[in-house]
Amino acid sequence: MLEFLNRVFGREAGGSKNVAKERLRLVLVHDRASVSPQLLQTLKTELIKVIEKYMDIDEESLEINLDSNETQVALVASIPVKGMKRVTRNLASGI
Amino acid sequence: MGEVIVVTSGKGGVGKTTTTANLGAGLATHGHRVVLVDADIGLRNLDVVLGLENRIVYDITDVTGGHCRLRQALIKDKRFEGLFLLPAAQTKDKTAVSPDQMKALCEELKQEFDYVIIDCPAGIEQGFRNAIAGADKAIVVTTPEVAAVRDADRIIGLLEAAELRDPKLIINRIRPRMVRHGDMMSIEDIIDILAIDLLGVVPEDEMVVISTNRGEPVVQDERSRSGRAYRNIVRRIKGEPVPMMNLDEGGFVSRFLRRMIGLS
Repeated sequence: MLEFLNRVFGREAGGSKNVAKERLRLVLVHDRASVSPQLLQTLKTELIKVIEKYMDIDEESLEINLDSNETQVALVASIPVKGMKRVTRNLASGI
Repeated sequence: MGEVIVVTSGKGGVGKTTTTANLGAGLATHGHRVVLVDADIGLRNLDVVLGLENRIVYDITDVTGGHCRLRQALIKDKRFEGLFLLPAAQTKDKTAVSPDQMKALCEELKQEFDYVIIDCPAGIEQGFRNAIAGADKAIVVTTPEVAAVRDADRIIGLLEAAELRDPKLIINRIRPRMVRHGDMMSIEDIIDILAIDLLGVVPEDEMVVISTNRGEPVVQDERSRSGRAYRNIVRRIKGEPVPMMNLDEGGFVSRFLRRMIGLS
């Protein structure tokens, strides 16, 4: 009853709130994606440690970036591989 | 040993100073010893909101600079037993107090007061860093607008980076009617986005303007809704579980109907 009267005496529901929420969500996606160069450097070092267990990689030309478009953020890594480690070849052939 | 609570926001003009004044006055009426520290150096405001602007002799930089003893700079509020103000300097800049000086000051105040509430300047510059240096806990104030919530999110990140974990949120100036019409973000919307605990919600209220004009905190106004909201927040700070106020009083018609049905 109250709802009905509110609707009669008020305006139509479904106003600008959703627009605000969506704009806020997008702006925060970008805000929150900005990481410090220091953090990226730490991440890079840790990644190299893990990957080197399995592959020979070219550390010099390894690149890590955060790419963000309109709706999402992605961690993009370009890691040139020079060759596989023996342990990886063994794992792959099931020995 | 008291606790140091910093009131922050990111964006200016969302109600930090009003919140600080009301929480302080409210906690004092519960019999606590409270000191309010205006950390907005160069833009002194808290004294005016509290109606203590004519009684200032020394300020925070006189204390940190050793020109006077802490006790001399504290202004006692005559209306609220146990409420004191440490005013900001008006003639200096934000670098006049260092983070280390602020820490030392908070340590000293903690010995003597149950609550030390710091009114933080807007922004994320040196003034903000100084204000939070000695804090144990943080309150973030926002209004239900995109810009204010965005800045609140930034502040929450900075507080956590500064090891001030688990900040609590106050949503200020919410207009229930606009929320009902879908023209203002609701409490849930904001909490979802910020992922932070809610400390309280203060409805938009003309009484706040009137009380600020007079220099009398609205928290003591029995009839005003914002006063009631502040009183609830004060009890939550003390650790009491107080349910959220029902802001949905509706428009004229539903108020009239409720009165008819006796639902006031």
